[in-house]
Amino acid sequence: MSATAEVIPHTVEPHPVTGVYNGKFGMWLFLASEIMLFGALFSSYVLLRVGSAEWPHGYSVLNVPLATVNTMVLITSSVTVVMAWYCLQLNDFGKARLYLLATIGLALVFMVIKYIEYSSKFEHHHYPRTNLFYGLYFTLTGLHGLHVLGGILVFLYFVGPGAGMWKTDPHRYTNRVECAGLYWHFVDLVWIFLFPSIYLL
Amino acid sequence: MSAATHGSHAGHDHGAAHGHDLPFWRKYVFSVDHKVIGVQYTITALVFLLFGFSLMMIMRYQLAYPGRPLPIVGSWLGPGLVNADRSLSPDGYNVFGAMHGTIMVFLAVVPLVVGGFGNYVVPLQIGAPDMAFPRLNAASYWSYLSGGLVMFASFFMKGGAAQSGWTSYAPLAVISPGQTVWLLGMVLLITSSLLGSVNFIVTIVQLRAPGLSFFRLPFFVWAQFVTAFLLLLAFPPLEAAAILQLMDRIAGTSFFMPTGLVVSGQILPTEALPHTGGGSPLLWQHLFWFLAHPEVYVLILPAMGIVAEVVANNTRKPLWGYRSMVYAIIFLGFMSFIVWAHHMFMTGMGTKLSLFFATTTMIISIPSVVVLTALILSLWGAAMRFNSQFLFALAFLPMFAIGGLTGLPLGLPASDIHLHDTYYVIGHFHYVVAPGTIFAIFAGVYHWYPKVTGRKMSELLGRVHFWPSLICMNVIFLPMLFQGLQGLSRRTYDPLVYDAGQAVQGWHFVSSWGAWILAIAQIPFIINFFWSAVAGKKVSDNPWDATTLEWAAPSPPPHGNFLKSVSVYRDPYVYSPPGRPSDFWPQNQPPED
Repeated sequence: MSATAEVIPHTVEPHPVTGVYNGKFGMWLFLASEIMLFGALFSSYVLLRVGSAEWPHGYSVLNVPLATVNTMVLITSSVTVVMAWYCLQLNDFGKARLYLLATIGLALVFMVIKYIEYSSKFEHHHYPRTNLFYGLYFTLTGLHGLHVLGGILVFLYFVGPGAGMWKTDPHRYTNRVECAGLYWHFVDLVWIFLFPSIYLL
Repeated sequence: MSAATHGSHAGHDHGAAHGHDLPFWRKYVFSVDHKVIGVQYTITALVFLLFGFSLMMIMRYQLAYPGRPLPIVGSWLGPGLVNADRSLSPDGYNVFGAMHGTIMVFLAVVPLVVGGFGNYVVPLQIGAPDMAFPRLNAASYWSYLSGGLVMFASFFMKGGAAQSGWTSYAPLAVISPGQTVWLLGMVLLITSSLLGSVNFIVTIVQLRAPGLSFFRLPFFVWAQFVTAFLLLLAFPPLEAAAILQLMDRIAGTSFFMPTGLVVSGQILPTEALPHTGGGSPLLWQHLFWFLAHPEVYVLILPAMGIVAEVVANNTRKPLWGYRSMVYAIIFLGFMSFIVWAHHMFMTGMGTKLSLFFATTTMIISIPSVVVLTALILSLWGAAMRFNSQFLFALAFLPMFAIGGLTGLPLGLPASDIHLHDTYYVIGHFHYVVAPGTIFAIFAGVYHWYPKVTGRKMSELLGRVHFWPSLICMNVIFLPMLFQGLQGLSRRTYDPLVYDAGQAVQGWHFVSSWGAWILAIAQIPFIINFFWSAVAGKKVSDNPWDATTLEWAAPSPPPHGNFLKSVSVYRDPYVYSPPGRPSDFWPQNQPPED
């Protein structure tokens, strides 16, 4: 597999004209498609809300303090993932690994808080089918949660089985962390949109 | 497949450790080589093409002879699909109709033009050793195959396959059986397309050979480039829509379920259908067509690309207006995102919106006409070589023209009111896709077959394939335009129950026989396709005296594609250059030669 990578240009080194390596370019394109995915869902939210006779205010039915904590947790994890990448560029793998573990930890905290939120909704018999508001709440935050879960798996791979690449191809490993970091910022950004539009409006 | 086999046995393993040392299943099954993946896509999609066509042939029997027991296949179909007397049941008709559309669009034509031709040809035409992300490429094929198998398996599951049309309009699709599996299959297919489109864009931008500037790219690569952007940006909204519809079906949400919906005489919510209402069925249509209109350009753009390659090569002239064609398809790509609601004039979305979408629809016809005109003008004064691929490419031009022009009355709300959801619409878009895109696919198969296998397909069989196909395509689809103008509604199980249907029933008979004879006319192609791989005439690396880079590689190309690194010195179609001994000047030939 690494043999293939060697023949394909710009796998690691940036293209002289575009200034990016293949993976980073691909990640930006993937994020463009993700924007269309969440964009379509946000548009559906707006359309359904505008078309409804009544709509609860998020702050009156959802747990805003918990969501605020979650926002802070996610933003902090965005910082730690950048720190991990920064440390890799300084050739400090040990520290980078700690930052990656911190990112995973914060993401898990986010998921636990999400779990607490969901279970309290279920306890009050609020399900996706209850009304459109809860339907959208569970769908949007659920899809976002799946993205968080995906990020956790990727970071676990970097600190676990994928860490060997640091020894064989450190530049590529650093690039991988950078790409995953871009994705992670995006997941963070989606939450920054979700939080006000669902919890605060 | 055999193509790739020959390649590695010939032993030009160049620049890669991936050669003889890999076991069979890694080299030809779970391969990451773009050529193997391209051939896998092509074969799989051709099988689905035949399968989707077979479903339609069964439906055509019911349309030609309503209520008559199906010969032969009647006894093979399950009890849900046929009545007690072995005639096609209404449910069976709906299932076959929905799955014909789904299979043809998502499992046959798009995977052929993008996954098959795009994968095989694009890296070769830009002088790259492979796609930018070979493993992602393999993942996209396997995701496509899984989606296809899920769709196929849905026929045998409880509740059967989806039966609410390939458009899956809500609220019908939310409550009808088979739809959940359809949605899951779609999520896999969408994932495949997204991975593929990321790969194509990165490959074309980052991996071009030295000297291959954007305006030296073959038109086919441009077409794939624009197509990849359409797939990348249009498919996610359908994924969003699929997620919402899945939630409606599984979790009982009401995103697409309006208040006060009555199902089987009961107002929702009921025990079986807990939907509380409040949703918007129109929302589904907006999300669906936001994908599906760019999707029709995904079907046609690569086809135009193939035709442009074949026309330039066999007219021995540069394409007329290459740059205008490129600008036209870029413009077309942008426009395709703001025409979607011309499918929805009849939904009562309002005259202002209708006017906007009618205007953009008229505007988007301009770039298509630019491309078509440029291709027709390319023929002017040419010494043409009438080989099989050129015949198909030539036939594409008037067929696509009919398909395109019959679309204009559908883009204007006033005439659409009469024609909406009639056979006219079916005739219109089939002219674009069947004798249009599918003919371009055939042209591409005949054109690139020597590159893949090192052997030529039989010209005689090619002609035996071409002429009946051309005639049958018109026998099938022209009558549909007449039927539609008479007001015959599409998705009608028994056309005889309406007066309008009785008056035009004779045309159903003609169409159906056309379809069955078309099936027979494909037999020479199938024989040619497999027989030529082992017994076709062996040819050189560049049998068509072509100029683009794929012909600079050996046939079949080894892993890594080129024996030595390629550079590009000129435009893609330098045919018959004045003052030179040969009538073509390959892109990679240095000027001092």
